[in-house]
Amino acid sequence: MALMASTRREADTQSFPLFVYVLTPLLALGLQSFVPLFFSHFSILDLPLLVVIYFASTLRTPIAATIGGALIGLAQDALTHQPLGVFGIAKACIGYVAASLGVRIDTESPATRLVLTFLFVVLNDGIDWVLIRHLLAHPMPWGWLHELVRAAINTFIAIILFALLDRLKNRE
Amino acid sequence: MESFFSRYKNALVLIMVLLAQLLALAIQVRRPAAEGADRPSVSLLRYAVVSVVTPPERLIVGTGHWFSSLWFGYFDLIHVRRQNASLKQQVQRLQLEEAGLAQDAAQGQRLQHLLDFKEHYIYKTLPAQVIGTSGAEESQVIYIDKGSDNGLQQDMPVITADGIVGKVKDVFPHTSQVLLVTDPTSGVGVVLEATRTSGILKGRPFGQLQVVDISPDSRIKSGDPIVTSGGDQIFPRGLPVGTVDRVVPDPEHDPLVDVLVHPAAHLAGLDEVLVVTNVGDSLSPQEAKDIAASEAESEAEQKRASDILSERLPSRYDPNAPADTNPQNTTGPNGLPISPPPPPRPIHPDQFSPNAEPNAANMTPGHRWASVKYGTEDTTPRAHPPAAQPGSSTTSPTATAPAAQTSSAPAAKTAQPKTSAPIAPKAKTITGGSSAPGKVGSNGPSAPSHAPVKPRPAAPASTSQTAPPQGGHR
Repeated sequence: MALMASTRREADTQSFPLFVYVLTPLLALGLQSFVPLFFSHFSILDLPLLVVIYFASTLRTPIAATIGGALIGLAQDALTHQPLGVFGIAKACIGYVAASLGVRIDTESPATRLVLTFLFVVLNDGIDWVLIRHLLAHPMPWGWLHELVRAAINTFIAIILFALLDRLKNRE
Repeated sequence: MESFFSRYKNALVLIMVLLAQLLALAIQVRRPAAEGADRPSVSLLRYAVVSVVTPPERLIVGTGHWFSSLWFGYFDLIHVRRQNASLKQQVQRLQLEEAGLAQDAAQGQRLQHLLDFKEHYIYKTLPAQVIGTSGAEESQVIYIDKGSDNGLQQDMPVITADGIVGKVKDVFPHTSQVLLVTDPTSGVGVVLEATRTSGILKGRPFGQLQVVDISPDSRIKSGDPIVTSGGDQIFPRGLPVGTVDRVVPDPEHDPLVDVLVHPAAHLAGLDEVLVVTNVGDSLSPQEAKDIAASEAESEAEQKRASDILSERLPSRYDPNAPADTNPQNTTGPNGLPISPPPPPRPIHPDQFSPNAEPNAANMTPGHRWASVKYGTEDTTPRAHPPAAQPGSSTTSPTATAPAAQTSSAPAAKTAQPKTSAPIAPKAKTITGGSSAPGKVGSNGPSAPSHAPVKPRPAAPASTSQTAPPQGGHR
């Protein structure tokens, strides 16, 4: 199967310079907060989620991906007026699943990234919707069309973003 | 046991992380520190993240504004002079309009004061720059560059010149989080101006606005303005909210409808906002000063208009006439009050002439003052009445008509019941009992000096007076 990791290199963990681990999530949070001031439709993107997916599937360590996803999600929660934990729970789950799948399948392939990112975005929005709608009891409708469009746009941006982040990997 | 933890450590870490966050989420939801406020630990975490994220945003926004102000303030000054003149005219026009409304506002304030109604006026606002958003579709909040160091507090209303924006949700030292009215968790008391229907403005998903759960009313039309009602105790009354977009049925409350609202403020592209930091139950000194200035301007404008009108219209007064030496003055040059001149002496005195009646001490009981004819006193003038001597007991009982001419109007009116009213054939008749001195006096010169008096059994209901005094009235 093409999606499965066929070589040891594909299954190896990757590493990045330390500043990439720090600055990339901060930059994603900053852009996510700042750009909608000038382009309101930008909020349909979820750059922190894309960063979580990328590092989780690239590093392939579920514990780090879980904790990292939770921290990024909590930081995103802190910028909203919602109780802390909604985005944290969702992104911790996504990080865990992405890292677990990254061990088994080839996440370097653009096709794999396309499919996985699309599914992860939908899953993330589903977890958010369950938590907001049923735990916080806030009125939040679920629109399949909107969610699919949102997932498609995020996937398109993810392809570009992942290619850029690949250039920051440590060379062997 | 060791192999269990090592084998499932990934899943266990995930479960622990999820449980910890679920627990924290449940605590935040079940036990909020106060209405609308976060717990201290949550606020601390928010503050930490905001302190990291917002400084670069503030730097970028500040730098951008510095460049834009440099460009627009020093280089791009085309049309500024024309725009300035236009704005001055607009200010003058608005001042006049404000003066027209000032009286109504003052009356409204008095009535509200009588009813002990506490109106909230905007006293003081603080301009703030929008530097960021939440970045999430689920949370409609923005960040501004003013915080508790600038005097901001929770629940302060945030507005623009166009309409309301939201309220301050969280306050940090240099930054504040503003919950927009488009957020589903926000609520603002509003009134539809056309129908005076009150409702609650709430946000819809994806940044839309609606007034929820109001009774169906066919008078609600698209474009009707909506303003704040002041019932939420946050926004002052009368601030513009938006206009009616359309009315849709409420799926959850069948007979009721929701009104979708087009916001007045441009919420999708906010740049600068005003935070209302102080409200009061009366007009601010600056507002009172502005209203007084515009009232004075209005009076001056009206005076100028009346002067122009008086110059253009013909006048009944001669502007070249000498000035009135005693205009509406009741005191003379010596300081004594001016008394009216005495009435002229009658040529043919009769019983109605002043001082023609004998003193009461000289009158005899049973003796008639005038001769009796057909059971009433005959006041028909004789051909040659003897000259009456005022104050004399031998005054002739015969009467002549123009008696009333010699007395002032009140005196003539007093004498009327005693003798039936003397009617001059061509005398001007004043109905309704009016005895205005000026009007009576104006009829004097045309009255005959010897008008015949017809005997009348009773005086008519309407008072008919011949006129008038020769003097005593200006």
